[in-house]
Amino acid sequence: MPSYIGTATSRVDGRAKVTGTAKYAGEFGASDLVYGAVVESTIPKGRIVRIDVSDALRVDGVIDVLTHENRPHMAEAPGAWKDEVAPDVGSPFRPLYDDIVMFNNQPIALVVADEWETARFAASLVRVDYERAAHATDLYAVRDTVRDLQKPFKSSKPRGNASAAYAAAAVRHEAEYYIPIEHHNPMELYASTAVWNGDGKLTVYDKTQGVQNVQRYLCSALGLSSDDVRVMSEFMGGGFGSGLRPQYQVVLATMGALKLQRSVRLVLTRQQMYELCFRPATIERLALGATTDGSLESLTHEAIAVTSHYEEFARDDTTWADGLYTCANTNYSHKVARVDLCTPSDMRAPGATTGVYALESAMDELAVALKLDPIALRLRCYSEREQGEDLPFTSKALRECYREGADAFGWDKRSPEPRSMRDGSELVGWGMATGVWEALQVPITARITLTANGHAEVACATSDIGTGTYTVMAQVTADALGLPIESITVKLGDSTLPQSPVEGGSWIATSIAAAIGTTADAVRAELLRRAQQMPKSQLAGMSPDNVTLTNGKIVSKQNPSHSALIADVMRHGKMDRIVQETTAKPNDIGKYARNTHSAIFAEVKIDEQLGIIRVTRVVSAIAAGRILNTKTGHSQIMGSVVWGIGMALHEETLIDHRFGRIMNANVAEYHMPVNADVHDIKVIFVDERDDIINPLGMKGLGEIGIVGVAAAIANAVYHATGKRVRDLPITLDKLQR
Amino acid sequence: MINFQYVRANDVADAVRHIATDPTAKFIAGGTNLIDLMKDDVERPSRLIDISRLPLNTVEETTDGGLRIGALVPNSDLAYHPLVQSRYPLLTSAILAGASQQLRNMASTGGNLLQRTRCAYFYDTATPCNKRTPGSGCSAINGLNRIHAILGTSEACIATHPSDMCVALAALDATVHVTGPDGERTIMFADFHRLPGDTPQRDTNLRPNEIITAIALPAPRFVTNYSYLKIRDRLSYAFALVSIAAALELEGGTIADARLALGGVAHKPWRDTGAEAALRGQPANQATFTRAADLLLRDAKGFEHNAFKIDLARRGIARTLTQAANGTPQSQADKKVR
Repeated sequence: MPSYIGTATSRVDGRAKVTGTAKYAGEFGASDLVYGAVVESTIPKGRIVRIDVSDALRVDGVIDVLTHENRPHMAEAPGAWKDEVAPDVGSPFRPLYDDIVMFNNQPIALVVADEWETARFAASLVRVDYERAAHATDLYAVRDTVRDLQKPFKSSKPRGNASAAYAAAAVRHEAEYYIPIEHHNPMELYASTAVWNGDGKLTVYDKTQGVQNVQRYLCSALGLSSDDVRVMSEFMGGGFGSGLRPQYQVVLATMGALKLQRSVRLVLTRQQMYELCFRPATIERLALGATTDGSLESLTHEAIAVTSHYEEFARDDTTWADGLYTCANTNYSHKVARVDLCTPSDMRAPGATTGVYALESAMDELAVALKLDPIALRLRCYSEREQGEDLPFTSKALRECYREGADAFGWDKRSPEPRSMRDGSELVGWGMATGVWEALQVPITARITLTANGHAEVACATSDIGTGTYTVMAQVTADALGLPIESITVKLGDSTLPQSPVEGGSWIATSIAAAIGTTADAVRAELLRRAQQMPKSQLAGMSPDNVTLTNGKIVSKQNPSHSALIADVMRHGKMDRIVQETTAKPNDIGKYARNTHSAIFAEVKIDEQLGIIRVTRVVSAIAAGRILNTKTGHSQIMGSVVWGIGMALHEETLIDHRFGRIMNANVAEYHMPVNADVHDIKVIFVDERDDIINPLGMKGLGEIGIVGVAAAIANAVYHATGKRVRDLPITLDKLQR
Repeated sequence: MINFQYVRANDVADAVRHIATDPTAKFIAGGTNLIDLMKDDVERPSRLIDISRLPLNTVEETTDGGLRIGALVPNSDLAYHPLVQSRYPLLTSAILAGASQQLRNMASTGGNLLQRTRCAYFYDTATPCNKRTPGSGCSAINGLNRIHAILGTSEACIATHPSDMCVALAALDATVHVTGPDGERTIMFADFHRLPGDTPQRDTNLRPNEIITAIALPAPRFVTNYSYLKIRDRLSYAFALVSIAAALELEGGTIADARLALGGVAHKPWRDTGAEAALRGQPANQATFTRAADLLLRDAKGFEHNAFKIDLARRGIARTLTQAANGTPQSQADKKVR
């Protein structure tokens, strides 16, 4: 039997996706389907004085207009609106709850009509009078109002005396870095189709990274019985964190279905997706002090990020150095400033993408000040243990990342002086940076149904947000049951399936693999127990650990000629299937730090006369334990690198702070890299054996790939030009300043 | 998007008849810009007159050795037309610098001239904009104006015309053929688009109820020494921060004749015959190019976020003239600037 784990297995759902048979949330229908369109506020803050829907209601085909004045019942208590990943502090947004406007483009009415265009036209006829209130959307304008987190991160304890050590340090670097608001921009539009099944029962097809999270949220917020709501999300066209929390369209579509007692589909426009959530704008201040040989004496990392007025969203930007560098004197602080926008959200490697950009830019600047090679500086400070709690790592092959990445890139041919490398009319710059992310695992349940005909179904309520969950579940199940992958069916994205948390944090692949492992163990044990009940069983006296499942047989490990056909076992037991369900919890492995690491090397070529920047080469060397699927894993990292190019050079949500409005809410003017901006990307998975973290020695790959990429590119831009741009994105005009 | 009537015109006269009956009607051909504007409620036509099936989709040689390009020739077809590729490579290059392949496949020649600005305030009906709602004010002058104009601006509007194709057409002395209720007329390309002045709602000098039927090009010149360089925030599918169409006729090392037009810097494709005159008779070298650039930009005025465009345009002009003089035009397929 071939083993699938660790191979470049193609996506088992690839054909369904490219042939269009995979259905997404906005593609489900019903015979009684009607269409919703959202009316949004045009002020950033204030109160709705009057909302006139009479013209909208007069349009032929319009069925109803829901506003805060006529909506169905919804929970008032903020706690009822807290989904499983809601911030601990604050009161979640409740669409159409009342007349208060908290951000621009806030949904304030839902028009429902028999055609989508009719609904959209009628939405344009809703007239709203507001009482405006003073607003602020610019982080720099509200910087004075910055406050400590009401719920601080437990990891942010100071060590030693950072300010004294900084003052005494021989070589110092201090600077401020800025990352603007960025948006997720998944390809699929946010959509929900709430299908009315009669008797108050609903099936809600939703674009989400967590069907059970949405199911519980809807029941809690709208006062529904858990039995009456089923949430489905079998396919998702990208999430990147934007689908971790239930988004407002699912509430509106469900409310519409409840009020009208018929099926309602609501697909948001691209523009509307810019007021769902975003990566918070962040100011990062770094102060590094070192000895002349490059030992870090002092490290201060302070971040100020935006959050909304109604929730405290914060992800730790500042303590990532603890997993990378030894330093006796550190001071970390993460604060928030409130603006009149919707609440920010997780977005690929939240906290690390921004925080490590700043940290690794500052490390590069320190290396320049020390006249030290950037890799040499990082090796000088290399931490063998996590610094914050002084823990060993389950594994940390970061040295190998530096070495293999540098070899593949040709780093030894770098001439250290800025502006010292050229290619015709272009300045050439080589930069590098480190990446770090968490290797998390969450409790999750898998159910396996093995049938006598040699087919197995594996089921879990998790989502596949495009990352390859279907495929890795099939691989792990096939290996565990000794079956060809074609004999495995994967079910996911259905709230009635065994429990799963949201798919995020790079935790699903390793977690579900563990759960499939324990469930397959249970299947094997049950099969063995049944086999041993057969007369003259060759497997008598053996324990489950002594047998494996291969090619439809239970086989003794010691003596492969001792076996039983699974079909025979089931026939004898008068069963046609074995069903087992187990929950895997994170291994109780004691106190270890669990991280993935990376080293990123970037080459930029910059037209000296015009300032046009190209990222001509990127090498990303990743240490993430055993790689479950080298093909989908490679795609994860490559996609992350492309996003890192966007973060470094292109991406910025533009807000006119006078109006508190996002002005580039579309993919023509919100720039991200296109093919022409992407050149050679090489992904290396370094060998990282991890016998501690979980039985398969795996770590998640969803997020590590983006961390550090922007810093590597920014450092390359400095090396090419001698100019340090500390506010992203690095556009050509900033090189002229 | 508002509800609208849809009619299909049978011929040019029919199209003109239809549009004259309804002051809020609009022609639609490729719809690549109009549909977006309708979705955003910026354009609210009561009626769309579909002209896409009119017989205006051919490229023909004219008796004076030039070309007559039907208004409905798709941008892609025009760019790859053998006569255009061989005789007007500057036009091919400029078209291929614009939009995406998909958009170029849909967009028509006439529609390209009539695309509206990409100023974000023009698209957002919740903000003031003199071009969309005359008299409401210009949000860009003191707002997000990084992509805005540096030449020919007014107190009322600092928007730019977004076309690449039109920059080449301006440089190549094209004429616009139109038909209206009073018959046919031609408009010199330089006179087709307008500066904003105090009527920024009017992008062009088309009269009410006129339809563009063709673009005419004079006999080919500048087949060897030309270049179109588009400088933007990413290497494809972005509007120009500054774009430059340059074409030279060289005699030895001396410039016998020159064309120079810029995109992304003004309310219209910006052609400066004074700068061209300054090139004529001069040696094709950096000093000449820089002098011409300085002359072209002498009245340039930057705003809070776009002042960088002045120097960028200066460098870009010099670079594009160099590319033209060397006979090494910018490729629109290469993933780099030459």
